[in-house]
Amino acid sequence: MREIHVNEITNAIRDLAIRSNTELGEDVLKSFQDALEREESPTGRDILRRLQENARIARDELIPMCQDTGLAVVFVELGQDVHIVGGTLRDAIEEGVRHGYGEGYLRKSACHPFTRQNTGDNTPAIIHIDLVPGDHLKLTFAPKGGGSENMSRVTMLTPAVGVQGVKEFVVQRVKESGPNPCPPTIVGVGIGGTFEQTALLAKKALLRPLGSSNPDPELDRLEKEWLEEINRLGIGPQGLGGRTTSLAVHINMMMCHIASLPVAVNIQCHAARHKEVEL
Amino acid sequence: MEEAIRLTTPLTNADVEKLRIGDRVIITGVIYTARDAAHKRLVQLLEAGEPLPFDLQGQVIYYVGPSPAKPGRPIGAAGPTTSYRMDAYAPELIGRGLKGMIGKGARNQAVKDAMQQHKAVYFAAIGGAGALMAQSIVSAEVIAYPELGPEAIRRLEVKEFPVIVVNDTRGGDLYIEGVKTYAR
Repeated sequence: MREIHVNEITNAIRDLAIRSNTELGEDVLKSFQDALEREESPTGRDILRRLQENARIARDELIPMCQDTGLAVVFVELGQDVHIVGGTLRDAIEEGVRHGYGEGYLRKSACHPFTRQNTGDNTPAIIHIDLVPGDHLKLTFAPKGGGSENMSRVTMLTPAVGVQGVKEFVVQRVKESGPNPCPPTIVGVGIGGTFEQTALLAKKALLRPLGSSNPDPELDRLEKEWLEEINRLGIGPQGLGGRTTSLAVHINMMMCHIASLPVAVNIQCHAARHKEVEL
Repeated sequence: MEEAIRLTTPLTNADVEKLRIGDRVIITGVIYTARDAAHKRLVQLLEAGEPLPFDLQGQVIYYVGPSPAKPGRPIGAAGPTTSYRMDAYAPELIGRGLKGMIGKGARNQAVKDAMQQHKAVYFAAIGGAGALMAQSIVSAEVIAYPELGPEAIRRLEVKEFPVIVVNDTRGGDLYIEGVKTYAR
């Protein structure tokens, strides 16, 4: 049994909150560059160049790349041979969020659904815990902005619509979202499971590095086909017209009920932020 | 790409009537920030016949909830938020003299009609480019509703703030036209 003190977790979350909001991943930057080479719209190319500049300013000056620094979504992989000491895992994460959003000059966006009263410290965090073999603790911090989250949907399709029906739902969602989720976007798709599981599959799909292949060859083929279809919509960077509506489609799939075909589309804006650390 | 048009706030009817969808515009002067919560309060004041925290005549409202300013800086990251959430309130403000709105994302027909009827325009700033947009903001001062935090109304002094005309006074919509050009 390996012991990990909660202070270590709090410090790690604090740092991840700040780093994820100021350092855009190399995979996303490379994807901007690739899009710039393909984009036909002059306005679209101008926007992509400004996004590159924005990422540089954010990293160099330690300013969040986007003012919407999100709700704090945290994925935890907890080895079952780890013993957390000094407090609870959840409290440690919440404390890290408080420190990160306070000391990092990040925006606090958590509020009461009806009164809209801001909680003032961006808690509560949205925490997903997976118990895994081993004695490590992996923390992934993925702040999620409201603009792209608002365009996301879960649906329960009729099994008869099949793969074609799923594709139509995904492409239609991107089309209807238009400029709202800050394109170029990444489209996370969950297929199967249950109502809540499919949403989680879609969200986790957003964590896969851009440019990587889906380990399932059939899903990999669908990702490429659906991306091509989405990029024929003409929405383009910021929805002002162009070839680059989305940078990638990522699909996560699992078995589902014989009566169901759950599908979730979680749209991620171009500020595709996530950082991880293993303790 | 064509040369950008330079405008200084407050805007006149003549300023906005010459703008066409797709025009790149560089704004210098004072603009005001407001999101949903602040809009709700502004419209409530108007309905009660009470004065607003700032005069709407010729003004531009920027839909933004900035991140906190680091020491020595006027503001944190300050990119646009999605505009449809302000659609319920915008026509009322346009009818009272508002000349420009800056945000991201499409507006509904009521807002577009109000823009055409009362001569106002809607500009898009680059969503998600908050660090870059902040470079064009010289000063920021909370002038109303500090309790709303990031949603408080701020008076911003901007210098060469880059935007694109999405809706003009003739009913044009760049989100529709731009997509048509590239759809296959």
